[in-house]
Amino acid sequence: MSTTVDTATAMPSRRRRLGTTELVYMALLGVVVIGAVIVAISGGNLLSTANTVEMLSRSSLLGFVALGQTFVILCRSLDLSVGYVMALSSLIGATTMAGDPARIPLGIAAVVLVAGGIGLANGLIIAVLKVNPFITTLGMGLIIKGYLDTRYKGPAGAVPEAFRQFGYTRIGFVPLSAAVMLLAMAAGIAYLRTSRTGYHMYAVGGSEDVARLSGIRTGRVMITAHVLCSIAAGVAGLLIAARFGTGSALVYSSGYELDSIAAVVLGGTFLMGGRGGVAGTLAGVLILAELDTVFNVLQVDPFFKEVLRGVVIIAAVAIYARRQVERRATRARFGGDGDDGGTGPGRAPDRPPDSTAGGADGDQVVAGHGGDR
Amino acid sequence: MTASTPEAAGGGAAVSTHLLRMRGISKSFLGVRVLHGVDLDLRAGEVHALVGENGAGKSTLMKILAGVHQADSGTVELDGAAVAFEHPLQAQQARVSTVFQEFNLLPDRTVAENVFLGREPRTRGMVDARRMNADTAQLLADLGLTWLTPQAPVRSLSVAGQQIVEIVKALSYDARIISMDEPTAALADEEVDLLYRLIARLRERGVAILYVSHRLKEIFDLCDRVTVLKDGALVDTVDTATLRPDELVRMMVGRPISSFFPDKLPGTAPGDVRLRVTGGGNDQLDGIDLEVRAGEITCLAGLQGSGRTEIAHALFGIARFTRGTVQVDGRTVRLRSPRQAVRTGLALVTEDRKAEGLALNQSVAANARLVLDAVDPRRAAARARRIPGLLSSLDLVARGPDQEVRFLSGGNQQKVVLAKWLATEPSVIVLDEPTRGIDVGAKHRVYTLMRELAADGVAILMVSSELPEVIGMADRVIVLRDGRIAGELPGGTTEEAVMALATGQVPGGPMS
Repeated sequence: MSTTVDTATAMPSRRRRLGTTELVYMALLGVVVIGAVIVAISGGNLLSTANTVEMLSRSSLLGFVALGQTFVILCRSLDLSVGYVMALSSLIGATTMAGDPARIPLGIAAVVLVAGGIGLANGLIIAVLKVNPFITTLGMGLIIKGYLDTRYKGPAGAVPEAFRQFGYTRIGFVPLSAAVMLLAMAAGIAYLRTSRTGYHMYAVGGSEDVARLSGIRTGRVMITAHVLCSIAAGVAGLLIAARFGTGSALVYSSGYELDSIAAVVLGGTFLMGGRGGVAGTLAGVLILAELDTVFNVLQVDPFFKEVLRGVVIIAAVAIYARRQVERRATRARFGGDGDDGGTGPGRAPDRPPDSTAGGADGDQVVAGHGGDR
Repeated sequence: MTASTPEAAGGGAAVSTHLLRMRGISKSFLGVRVLHGVDLDLRAGEVHALVGENGAGKSTLMKILAGVHQADSGTVELDGAAVAFEHPLQAQQARVSTVFQEFNLLPDRTVAENVFLGREPRTRGMVDARRMNADTAQLLADLGLTWLTPQAPVRSLSVAGQQIVEIVKALSYDARIISMDEPTAALADEEVDLLYRLIARLRERGVAILYVSHRLKEIFDLCDRVTVLKDGALVDTVDTATLRPDELVRMMVGRPISSFFPDKLPGTAPGDVRLRVTGGGNDQLDGIDLEVRAGEITCLAGLQGSGRTEIAHALFGIARFTRGTVQVDGRTVRLRSPRQAVRTGLALVTEDRKAEGLALNQSVAANARLVLDAVDPRRAAARARRIPGLLSSLDLVARGPDQEVRFLSGGNQQKVVLAKWLATEPSVIVLDEPTRGIDVGAKHRVYTLMRELAADGVAILMVSSELPEVIGMADRVIVLRDGRIAGELPGGTTEEAVMALATGQVPGGPMS
């Protein structure tokens, strides 16, 4: 008898579910296939080199920002200042480099330092002063915006030709910027999977109390995530400078903070923290970039394009939320209930259980290993 | 897997060493004494039960041992050395672990990740997932739990599996003392069996286990000694071998019912059946047959998690019945939402006043009108005229109708909640722990209010975990156990009789 109990308790869900990340990549595949078919019907080729290059260059900018955003969202935080950090970084990078190839490392260092400092400030305010992340980073964004608006009236600085290669060079059909972004994503995946801090980000986001009671210094984890997030936004700023050849304050109005959050959530990372990862974010970024490319090729009205993007994001999150609700379903003590049972006499208590509620018969106490848990 | 039985594994030489001595532990919360001068000893390799009614101070004592709370006075000695844990982590590092009722696990992470959380093994600076999984597998194998995979996400495990992961986590700190708060409360029978075998293994290793439980059978099956608390004071510590179940029940309850409860008002008599549930059930309840009559106070009693609150919630359409029928005043109704329930003439004073009963940062007047405004806005203004009278008849002490309710005392907050529901003139009122956390004066007012309502012909269904209250107020007591009705007792029954039904123990009879 003991063996039956043991196996029963260890039994995994009987309905095998796809992991969220796998689901996101299937969605990406779906978007590519459906997009290619639609584009083909209208006489184009979505998978042509030109379109692929466009898609990848589009994705690289958002990729960096979303990578950083993944870390903070995993910690149950978020960063609304990334757009301003990008703008500031593009200006700092371009003015520091001032057209001199020898000053490229200096420019990069300055950006990393300033962006990292902003992240440090965000993290400290959130972790030490316990200010809500939404407010903290919104306020930080406004502070940077005020500085940019008074200090820079237009584009400033110049990026040396050598650094502009970061924006334009291609390796085969892969733009250099996209290759760097993919490397950064890979590093992000490795970081979350092999560093203690990476592990602890999941813990802090999953439950700060559990993390603290397990001896994790939750504040440090939160600060690290914010520093990484701001630095990633700084790198995106450098990429902008490389593309434009100069720093531009106006990037902050491009809505990267919300796009990056959308990409992260689209990638299956739980907005309330503790679950998800960089691999999903990459897929989320690629989905958004591919959608944009399809809309561009089809010359969809830009306003309608935004509407479609909004619909896609909400639909995706609705699907995740639905899965979430099912998973959270309370442990049933008694089997035999459908999802929406009536109170009518037709539903007798001895009705046999359906597949959603454990496995025991109506009269027996059901062990909590039903398919939906 | 053939684990040796507890009887064979316990006993012997290991049991004589005192691992833990707690002496004269006292603790007050907000001026209310919850523990006074409690002593507790734990020996290595023993399973020590800690029992008592709700509010006896078991949880507080356990949390002091775990470092969650700090004692106001008294000493704790671990292996002869005085300790004072200020943080749960300190207790854990001193090899004192606690498995709380609410799980301290990350459901989205794997078993191994949870066990080694905060202490992930590393090789060359990188987390060594392989070693972590291997170490976890080793820990599991040592306990004969080979069916648990270190890589399985905790979410995929049964409640028992999750409980076991908690215990394994505690053991990975090399715990010498593990306290468990009602570990079987959420477990099905065959899962309990699993836990028993694990506890037997722990005892073999010389781990002392403090076992908090309401279930008498478990105490006699598992435990070597039992410490009984009552009203925050130590009753006694005795060997279970020399104890009879009915003696234990008497130690836990057995206090005279005070004359604190007001008598029935003259002319109160049970009238028609106002509320009838036939064969009610959902995933937490089964076979609920219930009648509540006008002018009668019916009480739902039972242990924590036995389904008392679940019935209240099912009636009010929160976690509704999915089987059976509900009739109000003879009409069959389908209660699918609180709104429908209110319109049918039901009222529910919830257990958690602050979270579910009040909009804390709104005024007394706004809170009292809340249900009227929400459910019947057109007649709200007219019906709200009764509210000031209701509030003053309840002896509400507040600066005025504009005062925010969060500044009121618990008792006065409860009066606002009661006024809110009385304003709807319900025909059936469900009171879930109506006197929890309120002072004696307010309690008395709630009791007299219940008598007044009964005299007015309102049907009252009270849920309470305080046995004196159940016995002092109820005309009929319905005792629940594990989501089913265990039996019905007449008013004026004894606490022993209620506890016997609630725990499944026949008083004076042999163990089942």
